[in-house]
Amino acid sequence: MTALSIRGLVAGYDPDLPIVKEVSIEVPEGQVLAILGPNGAGKSTLIRAVAGMVPTFGGEVRLAGRDVTGAPAHALARAGLGFVPQTENVFTRLSIRENLQIAAELLPRPARAERIAAMLAMFPDLGSRPEAAAGSLSGGQRQMLAAARALLSAPPVLILDEPSAGLSPKLVGQVFQTLRRIAEDGVTLVLVEQNVRAALELADRAVVLVDGRLAHDAPARDLIGNPLLGRLFLGGRAEQAA
Amino acid sequence: MTLQILVNGLVAGTTIGLGAIGLSLTYSILRFANFTQGDLIAWGAYLTLAVAGAIGGLLAGLGPAGPLAPFSFGWTLPVALLGGMALTVLLALGLDAVLFARLRARGADAIILVMAGFGASMALRAGLEFIFTSAPAYFTRELQIARPLGAGMRATPDQLLVLGLTAALVVALHLLVTRTATGRAMRAVGESPALAAVYGLDVAGVVRITWVIGASLACVAGTMSGLLVQIRPTMGFDLLLPLFAATILGGIGSIPGAMIGGLVIGLSESLAVQVLGAEWRAAAAFVVLVVVLLVRPSGLFGRGA
Amino acid sequence: MEILAYAAFFLTVAMTYATICLGLNVQWGQTGLFNVGVAAFVGLGAYVSAILTTPEATGRIGGFGLPIAAGWLGAAAAGGVLALLVGALTIRLRSDYLAIATFGVAVALQLVFQNAEPLTGGAFGIGFIPRPFAALQREALAFALTNLALSGAVVLALYLALERLARSPWGRALRAVREDETAAESLGKSPLRLRLEAFVLGGMVMGLAGAVQAHFIGFIAPANYLPALTFQVWAMLILGGSGNNRGAILGAVVVWAIWAATAALIAQLVPAGEQARASSLQLVAIGVALCAILLWRPQGLLPEHRAISRHLSRRP
Repeated sequence: MTALSIRGLVAGYDPDLPIVKEVSIEVPEGQVLAILGPNGAGKSTLIRAVAGMVPTFGGEVRLAGRDVTGAPAHALARAGLGFVPQTENVFTRLSIRENLQIAAELLPRPARAERIAAMLAMFPDLGSRPEAAAGSLSGGQRQMLAAARALLSAPPVLILDEPSAGLSPKLVGQVFQTLRRIAEDGVTLVLVEQNVRAALELADRAVVLVDGRLAHDAPARDLIGNPLLGRLFLGGRAEQAA
Repeated sequence: MTLQILVNGLVAGTTIGLGAIGLSLTYSILRFANFTQGDLIAWGAYLTLAVAGAIGGLLAGLGPAGPLAPFSFGWTLPVALLGGMALTVLLALGLDAVLFARLRARGADAIILVMAGFGASMALRAGLEFIFTSAPAYFTRELQIARPLGAGMRATPDQLLVLGLTAALVVALHLLVTRTATGRAMRAVGESPALAAVYGLDVAGVVRITWVIGASLACVAGTMSGLLVQIRPTMGFDLLLPLFAATILGGIGSIPGAMIGGLVIGLSESLAVQVLGAEWRAAAAFVVLVVVLLVRPSGLFGRGA
Repeated sequence: MEILAYAAFFLTVAMTYATICLGLNVQWGQTGLFNVGVAAFVGLGAYVSAILTTPEATGRIGGFGLPIAAGWLGAAAAGGVLALLVGALTIRLRSDYLAIATFGVAVALQLVFQNAEPLTGGAFGIGFIPRPFAALQREALAFALTNLALSGAVVLALYLALERLARSPWGRALRAVREDETAAESLGKSPLRLRLEAFVLGGMVMGLAGAVQAHFIGFIAPANYLPALTFQVWAMLILGGSGNNRGAILGAVVVWAIWAATAALIAQLVPAGEQARASSLQLVAIGVALCAILLWRPQGLLPEHRAISRHLSRRP
């Protein structure tokens, strides 16, 4: 079963200047997919377009077989697509609990309190003072809250934009440990990452985006320590590996 | 200088405060300075008047049974107010659908929205003048005797009712915004509409609720002002500078702030009238605005300009 | 003959409006500043010039008897000073605060015009303002034509000067700040200072326009400087094509023509008791027209390829 299907997606801010140029990726249920690539390749734009935050000009996106191309962000959230933006991903003026309460509205009423409690238990830093304003949290704690919020509604597909950005190595480790637990629960994970090593250690599969197009697609373990990656990042082509 | 200034100022301040709350909400959630807020207040008063007239009664606000003692109006006024609120909400939603939403969909800058609101406010105001003429209108001709409150202050029963009703409304609104899911959604959209959508919130729905609240408050403010003073087409426009001053003083997005701002402006106006004369009333709001912009543009409870 | 005189009169007033629009264009078209208090700047210029040039009047300052040119210079200076004060207060803040502040200034100044009798003559205003070519007053046509030539010359001179300025290093710096503020800053341009300078320049032109109007008509009253004036001018600029000096002039003439025509129609067709009501329809029309233009043809009649249309549709 394909959890997320992207076909020929063209997206950007200006129809005459697309940033994502006909990208196609099929993500099977339960897979952990890493999207890698040099700066400016369009990785963020790609997932933001899938999440309904960037206009799409062509192609198709399907969520569990359902066509959701061009659907607005809130409809996608309700359809089971969780998205964690890179920055400004929590409401700093609301408390931790309130952030989670908003997310809980995606669930039927009886389930809400229990899921909120579950998230607070899963992330003790958040559970210790749930009434605190999210703005008072440290960078790493905010990432935790952002992830907790997205996880709360138990979305079958979770997309994260550079979850390790701006975090210390120790925190990066914690974040990826959490992501591993999420993946083990069967969630389909798609992450854009600059921290290639951590991403490849977590992922089952990796695609490399260069200049808005897919330049390579392989199992993650094939890319660990592979000089091909360096070439792609620095502007070379996959064919040169041969 | 008597303490009566206090009463006069508080009473005037409630109208300003209610209007400022509506303005502050649209400012923080819809992200533009809505110049039509004043005219929504005026339209609210006239719509209530029209509904009251439709319900019947010798003098619109009285109704066949006469005034509800000790107040100056009959049961038709509160009933008409509900009708007026519904109509004002329709007007605001219609205005948004026809004008602001279209400009937002195009990605227009906030300043264009302000400009459109400016144009719409002129049309609304002149429209009132065309339909109702500029002669003042009244809800009731019943005269009220001001009752003594002590310390040299007097207030009419109508005035006391307005003060009490406003206090209740502000408390209710504050609870709505801080304790309910709707209020959470409004605060979330006020911080970031894009993130709110990612969280699964229906931003368009929050926009609608904002207009509903803003327009309802405008109608209540207009009806109260119309009851205590008079109804005329420019009543809203005359309130616009006090509304902006109150909103900025209180801090955009803060309900308590907007009401406090309104009361401060009301009291300042009262003082200005006492010291300089009634014709200088409008100067008070201007002075407060300049001071706030000089000293602390983000206002009392605001978050940075 | 009479028609010619009337046409000349009409065009002269249109030229004074065009002057206001040129000033507003510097603020909005070139700099993106939304001045909601145009009437205040125009009125201030008018009153300053009137006070400087009118003969003595009881209960009001005056009697300086300065020549018209001095009055006009004073008016421009006053408009500039007002712009400097308001600009300095708000230019650092969000753009809508300038709108609100200028709105407040318009309300406050209207109060002063209306109530500060020792200064402004109160509700009666100021009369006997010296008119250019006053010697010709008895000959309607000659008077009208010379005044038209004068106001037209003012517009022409301003147009040429402003076009020149737009192409000058200052104008280019201003455009750079509009297109990409951060880049311009890194090149050493100061966006705040440039905007303030543009705002002051616009204010000066508006003050001058107020004086030209005042001296042409010969008397002024607070009722001349109500928000309706601000609306009219904005409609003129947006209709004509904001960002565009030619558009400013065209918009002024077109909107003034429509306004004068509808006013004449109302005077002819509507019974006396209903005329005030009918006039309010003019204002409804202006408000609706402004919104309609913003919705359907934001670039106005004479579009400018760069400039303002950027504000009207932008991606997130």
